[in-house]
Amino acid sequence: MEQHSTRPGSMTGTPAGDGQAQGQPALPHTGVTMTGAEIFVRALEAEGVKVVFGHPGGAVIKIYDEIARLKPTFEHVLVRHEQGGTHAAEGYAKATGQVGTVLVTSGPGATNCVTGIADAYMDSVPIVVFTGQVPVPLIGNDAFQETDTIGVTRSITKHSFQVRRVEDMTWMIRAAYHIARTGRPGPVVVDLPKDVLLAETTFQYPSDVQDRIRGYRVHTTPNPAKVERAARMIARARRPLLYVGGGVNGAGAAPELLELAHKARIPVTTTLHGLGAFPEDDPLSLGMLGMHGTWYANQAVQHCDLLIAVGARFDDRVTGKLEAWAPHAKVIHMDIDQACVSKNVWCDCAVLGDVKESLRALLPLVDPKDTQAWLDEIAAWRAECPLAYEHDGRLHAQFVIEQLRAISGGDAVVVSDVGQHQMWTAQFFRYKHPRSHITSGGLGTMGFCLPAAMGAAFGLREQGKDLPVISISGDGGFVMNAQELGVIAKHRLPIKIVVINNQFLGMVRQWQELFHQERYSQTNLADTNPDFVKLAEAFGIEAMRATSPEEAEDVIARAWQITDRPVLLEFRVVPEGMVFPMVPAGAATDDMITARFKE
Amino acid sequence: MPDTLTSQQILRKQKMGEPVYSDDAEHIHRHIVMVLLENHLGALNRVINLFSQRGFNLESVAVGETEDPTVSRLTIVTTGNDRIIKQVIRQLNNLVDALEVEDLTEHEYVERELLLLKVKYTPENRAALMENAHIFRGKVVDITKDTMTFEVTGPTKKVNAFLGLMKPYGIVETARSGRVAMRRALVFGS
Repeated sequence: MEQHSTRPGSMTGTPAGDGQAQGQPALPHTGVTMTGAEIFVRALEAEGVKVVFGHPGGAVIKIYDEIARLKPTFEHVLVRHEQGGTHAAEGYAKATGQVGTVLVTSGPGATNCVTGIADAYMDSVPIVVFTGQVPVPLIGNDAFQETDTIGVTRSITKHSFQVRRVEDMTWMIRAAYHIARTGRPGPVVVDLPKDVLLAETTFQYPSDVQDRIRGYRVHTTPNPAKVERAARMIARARRPLLYVGGGVNGAGAAPELLELAHKARIPVTTTLHGLGAFPEDDPLSLGMLGMHGTWYANQAVQHCDLLIAVGARFDDRVTGKLEAWAPHAKVIHMDIDQACVSKNVWCDCAVLGDVKESLRALLPLVDPKDTQAWLDEIAAWRAECPLAYEHDGRLHAQFVIEQLRAISGGDAVVVSDVGQHQMWTAQFFRYKHPRSHITSGGLGTMGFCLPAAMGAAFGLREQGKDLPVISISGDGGFVMNAQELGVIAKHRLPIKIVVINNQFLGMVRQWQELFHQERYSQTNLADTNPDFVKLAEAFGIEAMRATSPEEAEDVIARAWQITDRPVLLEFRVVPEGMVFPMVPAGAATDDMITARFKE
Repeated sequence: MPDTLTSQQILRKQKMGEPVYSDDAEHIHRHIVMVLLENHLGALNRVINLFSQRGFNLESVAVGETEDPTVSRLTIVTTGNDRIIKQVIRQLNNLVDALEVEDLTEHEYVERELLLLKVKYTPENRAALMENAHIFRGKVVDITKDTMTFEVTGPTKKVNAFLGLMKPYGIVETARSGRVAMRRALVFGS
C-alpha cells in the first residue's frame, strides 16, 4: 500500500505535540564542561521535565548527588517501589498528556520497572524510564546488580538506548522523549552505565535529533484520497457507528469527534480507554462496548453497516470471536499506527495519521445525515436492557460508583485498578471529560491504580488543575502497591482512595462461578486482607469504612469535605456481585449474557 | 515469484513437526524480506524478536554492511502465513532502527547463496567431483589428501542441486551463507 512507503525521505512535517525544547535560544549551561550525571539533570531541565518518579541505588547515586547539589527545576518524588514509580509516571502522562519520567537504579531497580513498562507499551503511554547500569567495562560480567536491561525490556519498549559514551547522553535523552511522545506513544528505556555518569564532556542539548534517528518516521497527515473515500462511505451508510479508542484521548481529538458525531448524527461507543473522549450524557453516547460493554452498544456493533474505528485497535476484549463480530459492517480505521491496520479485523478504508488531523480533514467532507431510524432502533435496545444492578438493601459496588459520580458531578479524574470494580467503574461513572479515566487496559495490571492515581495527582497539581482524583481499587489489587500510601501522605495529595472490598479476587471468582462449576480456587482473600482503615492510618491517612448504602453515602459526603489531603474509604460490598452484561471470552458478541435484576 | 508450498510440502512439514497453520495452509508461502538497518547495537535483535515471538522459524538470515557503513542490510528468509508476515513487516517498519523494509517476494528479484562444501574424494572419483563443480561453475578452495572444499554460488535451487549431486560421495561439512537478494531494477518500456 502506498502509504506504507518506507523510504527514509518520506517523513513529512514535524510531529504534533513535539518540541518542548525547540525554538528556544541557547540553553543555560551550554558549552560548560560537566559530568554525565550533571548533564543528565540539565538535559531533563532542558526537556521541560517537571516531575521525576524515582528510587536511588548504587548505579545512579551520582545523579542523586547532583539532584541534591543542583536543586533542579524538576521535582523528584521518592517512590517506595520502582513498579509504583512506573505506574505513577503512567498516571502522570495520562492525566496531563506530558511524558512521564522514571529514574531507577540497575538490576532490581530496573527489573521492578518491567511490569510498568509493559503496561505502558500495551496502553501506548508515553514514559521514559532511566535505568542505572554497571560501568561499561563490567557489562556482561555478572557484576553486582547487573541486568541486561535493554535485553529484558526489548520487546516491551517502543525503543531503547544505552548511553555508552557520555557524548551521546544529550541526543539520546532528546530522542527518547521525542520517540515516547510522538506517533503512537510508548515507553522508552535509557540505560545509563555508571562510568558514563562520572565521565565529563561539554553540555550541548540538541533541539533536533531526526538525523540521529532517521529510521523513525511519523506520518501525521492523512492521505486526502483516503479521507474522501471515508466521507463517501459515511454518506452511503444507513447505520453508521463510531467506535472510539484511547487514541482520541491521546491525540486530544475529543472536540473533533463530538463535532463529527453531531454533524452526521452518528452514535458513539468507546473502548475502555476511549471513555471520556465522548461525553456519556450525550444522547448519541452508547457507553462502552465489548466484553463488559453495554448490551445496546454491542447490539449496535452487530447491526451497524459502517464501523468507524478512531484510535482503537480491535482488541480481543472488544471483539470477542472475530468471525462473528460486526458481521454487516464495512470498516473505516483511523489510526496513527500503520501496524494496527487490518491486524485483527479487515479494514476497507485505512486513514493513517494523527486522528485529530484526520477528523479535521474529514469534517468538511461529511454532510449532515438523517439516521433517526437507526437511533430509534438503538433506543429500543437501550430500553430493553439498560445497565442495572440489584437493589436489595445491601451495599453493591455499582451503588458506590454511582454515588461517586453524583457527588463529583463527573468533574474528577478517576483511576481504576483491574477486575470487577474496574468494569463497574467503566460502566457506571458516565465520564464527561477526556483524560478523566485512567486504567490498566491492555496488560491488566493489578496494583496499577494507587500509584497511577498518585502520578495523576502530581500532574494535576503541577498544571494547577483543581480536580479531585478518585482512586478506585479492589481489595486484591490495592495491596499490591499499597506502599505508595506513604508517598501520598507525605505530599498530602488530595486523592479519594476508594477500596471496593468484596473479600475476593472478584473477577476470577466470577469466572469460577460461571465457567468452573463454582470451584473458588484461591480467590478468597478474607484471611489475608489487612484492616484497610488501620493500614491507611498507619501511613497517616484518614480512613472510613462503610458496610451499607446509607453508610456509603455518609462517608462519601464526609470525604468530599476533605480537600487538602488524602482520605481512604473502604466499602464492604457483597462478595457475590457479578459484572453484567458479559460476552464470555472468545464467544461471539451475539452470545452476550445479560442479567435481569430485581429493581 | 514466491515459492508456493504444495500440499505435499505441507504434509512433509507437518510430519517433521514444523508449524503449518492448517486453516490457512493455502496462504502459507516463503517470503524473502529485506531490511536496511542502522548498523548498531541491538538493532538486529529487535528485528529477529518480531519474527521469533510469532513462532516463525528463520530459514536464513544474512547480514552485511552496505556501501554506507552506518547501514547494514539483512536478507531474511522465512515461511509463514501471508497475512501474519504482512503484519510483521508493518511492525518492522515501526522499528526506529529500520530504515527500509521490503518483502522482495512481492517483486521481481535476484537471489544468490554461497555454499562451502567439504567432501571426501578418492583418486578414482576426483575427476568426477571436479567435473560436477565445473558444471556448476564452482571452484576448489581447499584440498587435502582425502578432502576437497568447493565453493558454489547461485540461486538456492542451484545450490541444493549441487548438494544433492555431491551427497553420494560423502559430505564432511557444509556451510551456507543464507540467501542475499535484491530487487531487479525497473526497465522502462518493457
